[in-house]
Amino acid sequence: MSAETMLAFDTECHLFIPGCGFEAPGLHSFVFDPLFKVGGYEFNKPMLLALLSTVVVVWFFWAAFGKAKVVPGKLQMIGEVGYDFVRRGLVYDALGKKEGEKYVPLMVSLFFFVWIMNIWSIIPIAQFPVTSIISFPIGLALIVYILWVYLTFKKHGFVGGWKNITGWDRSLGWVLPLIVVIEFFSNLLVRPFTHAVRLFANMFAGHLLIVMFTIATWYLANGLGFVYAGASFLMTIAMTAFELFIQAIQAYVFVLLACNYVQGALAEHH
Amino acid sequence: MSAALETVNLAAGLTGNIASVGYGLAAIGPGVGVGIIFGNGTQALARQPEAAGLIRTNQIMGFAFCEALALIGIVMGYAYK
Repeated sequence: MSAETMLAFDTECHLFIPGCGFEAPGLHSFVFDPLFKVGGYEFNKPMLLALLSTVVVVWFFWAAFGKAKVVPGKLQMIGEVGYDFVRRGLVYDALGKKEGEKYVPLMVSLFFFVWIMNIWSIIPIAQFPVTSIISFPIGLALIVYILWVYLTFKKHGFVGGWKNITGWDRSLGWVLPLIVVIEFFSNLLVRPFTHAVRLFANMFAGHLLIVMFTIATWYLANGLGFVYAGASFLMTIAMTAFELFIQAIQAYVFVLLACNYVQGALAEHH
Repeated sequence: MSAALETVNLAAGLTGNIASVGYGLAAIGPGVGVGIIFGNGTQALARQPEAAGLIRTNQIMGFAFCEALALIGIVMGYAYK
């Protein structure tokens, strides 16, 4: 693997070296040369990491629950804590015990898949959050979107489904047309967009922050600049710790919103 | 950058990309919003510690809704180059 496929910045440039300057991270930090091509189809690092996340999630839950025992072992214990966290903390809260049980597997997989994809951001060598490529959050948000639109129409029928989506309520009187338009746009168009962009932009901004301080450390590491490089390096570590927290929060928020959307689809009154 | 923005930049004597200023403006609203959410969340927690789970869930959800605006601001800086 060459530097071009793994890193997206100039490694030659330092402070006090004439003829080159600091190159701030930008969109180019998110573009990777393909690792290899299969018949014109380019396979790059984020795709590899996404595939690895699938493998990690499947492996973990397989190892934890493949041979489940009544008295759990260490791995099963961790698996149960994770599974129960999503089930009780997210799904049961939003959907209730009876209705929610059906959606627990989806939400648990979503949570752990998104979380692992985010965590790649701070794992050495990988160091890239897959979800900062917008197509991955869009794909996941589409799954949730299709699910809740389908559930709305299945539960309420065609007319009732539209009433549910547009927030139809006769008691609103003359405000009703306004509400219908706003709710239509907000629910059907803006909601999936923000659902995907929230996760994407968080990881995008987080990655930019870390890359910013990392490149600055590398760039400053020359002569007197070492003093400043140290400060920048400390910031890199602080940001890494902060990102670890944000990644978990974002996975949590993504699934929390997914639960709420499903709950909205199943609710009697919008 | 559009022609109108170009003119504004010239008139104000700005060079470079105005997106950073725009993001500064865009961050004010969400900043106030997040402050309100966590302030009121903490107050609610102090008044009724039994309801901690429910409050925290709603707090994080409100935070997410609010923060989305700031995040869209970050991305738009790159979109309108």
